[in-house]
Amino acid sequence: MGVPAYTPDEMMTVAAARMLWDGCVCFVGIGVPSAAANLARFTHAPNVVLIYESGTIGTRPQVLPLSIGDGELAASATAVVSLPEIFSYWLQGGRIDAGFLAAAQIDRFGNLNSTVIGDYARPKTRLPGAGGAPEIAAHARETFVILKQSARTFVPKLDFRSSAGFMEGSGSRARSGATGAGPRAVITDLGILRPAAGTEELTLTERYEGVGIEEVVAATGWPLKVAERVQLVAAPTTEELRLLRDLHARTRAAHNRPAILRALKRLP
Amino acid sequence: MEIRTLRDAIARYVEDGQTIALEGFTHLIPFAAGHEIIRQGRRHLHLVRMTPDLVYDQMIGMGCASTLTFSWGGNPGVGSLHRLRDAVEHRWPGPLAIHEHSHAGLAAAYCAGAARLPFAILKGYVGNDLASVNPQIRSINCPYTGERVATVPAINPQVTILHAQQADRAGNILLRGIIGAQKEAALAARTLIVTVEEIVDVLDAPMNAIVLPHWVVTAVVPVPAGAYPAYAQGYYERDNAFYLAWDDIARDRKSFTAWMERHVLGTRDHAQFLGSLPAEAPERSEA
Repeated sequence: MGVPAYTPDEMMTVAAARMLWDGCVCFVGIGVPSAAANLARFTHAPNVVLIYESGTIGTRPQVLPLSIGDGELAASATAVVSLPEIFSYWLQGGRIDAGFLAAAQIDRFGNLNSTVIGDYARPKTRLPGAGGAPEIAAHARETFVILKQSARTFVPKLDFRSSAGFMEGSGSRARSGATGAGPRAVITDLGILRPAAGTEELTLTERYEGVGIEEVVAATGWPLKVAERVQLVAAPTTEELRLLRDLHARTRAAHNRPAILRALKRLP
Repeated sequence: MEIRTLRDAIARYVEDGQTIALEGFTHLIPFAAGHEIIRQGRRHLHLVRMTPDLVYDQMIGMGCASTLTFSWGGNPGVGSLHRLRDAVEHRWPGPLAIHEHSHAGLAAAYCAGAARLPFAILKGYVGNDLASVNPQIRSINCPYTGERVATVPAINPQVTILHAQQADRAGNILLRGIIGAQKEAALAARTLIVTVEEIVDVLDAPMNAIVLPHWVVTAVVPVPAGAYPAYAQGYYERDNAFYLAWDDIARDRKSFTAWMERHVLGTRDHAQFLGSLPAEAPERSEA
């Protein structure tokens, strides 16, 4: 087989973008989730409503924000509300269809760690922390998780549970008081995992061209269950790739643009 | 309300050991005030901020803080706050106690503080380990329905510091754009200091913009570009290139200390700080 015309990261982003439907109200995290959600907006879901936790509702940025609160998110939004409002009235109030999350670690029930690697009190690596994720994971009607797959990130046991997936599986989430349904899919650079009916254990259900099932299993820190019939995900289209690459190119140029210091120094 | 210089306002109102909040969610972060606190060598502060951002990374690295209350401690879109990490992982330059929340929980705690309620309730912290490491996160049963809800104690900083676009001469403050939890943090505090881009004769405030009326404002401090390298909507954009560059500056204790000595300790005020930076950040080849 020849060299594919796209990278595993591009496949992951495109596969994640396709999860969103037109008109979906989506709470977006920074990074690959943001790229995927905006790609969806530029392709098949022009009416997707993107909400960032900075309180920007219905934002339509032309470049990907570096931070969750870049000015363009506010300037291109339908409405800008406060943080207490976005978390209480909108997220906790049940007005979000889909949450788009990333994390440092995930377990077989889709629980996420973005807090520490190692012991909490004396961590080997102190990660940024959970931010908005615990309540996005709890209250969005469903969530999509995007992260690169390796045995280091797909672990048998999380060092810390920052955000709930299906908890211990087999209906434990539904009994916990979490209002949303939990992860509908985990989209990685190797394939797509979905919770199995009943046990809610993540199971490989879709694979990408050129990636063997044994490769996905090897990149998982627990014995990964594989669906009886694993579907093949269509490769990114020329149009999807063009729009994604344009978006990244515009973003790179914008983020590296030298500071506005020259203008600032003219201030009194 | 009084109009002061930044040096006077910090000297007068910010004391060692206080609980203080410099709020502003990505936007309108009071960097100039943070730098002045560093210059004046405050110690043992309990710093509260939803997103510590570079401003607390700098204050923690310079030894101003002994406790941090926060909900997301990264360099947005870039990665770690290396000084925060070094303090938690290796206790450099000293130990740092942390009170960790989710955004929803900390936002609720500010709301309770502003309303002078003892605690806030939320449907939060479901199915995660945060309550096991932060004993402030508890729960109660709703007295009406019996539903289990999470609680967090109110946050009432002794001093809250904000940056805003404008004040008028009476000290009324206008904020617009992404407003985070600034209004709640302001009203939760005993003392409120606001640095502003400019003081104007008339606030041209759209009817539902955030206006903090003069009698809740302790001091107004004109500091043009006082949120740099964060931004002030309508005045200047976020210097994303600086946030990217900070990753290298702060990664190493020596380069961090040298940068702070040159640009913050080695400058008299914010105007000199801005003047000490290169006119244009070096072009980066890759994000």
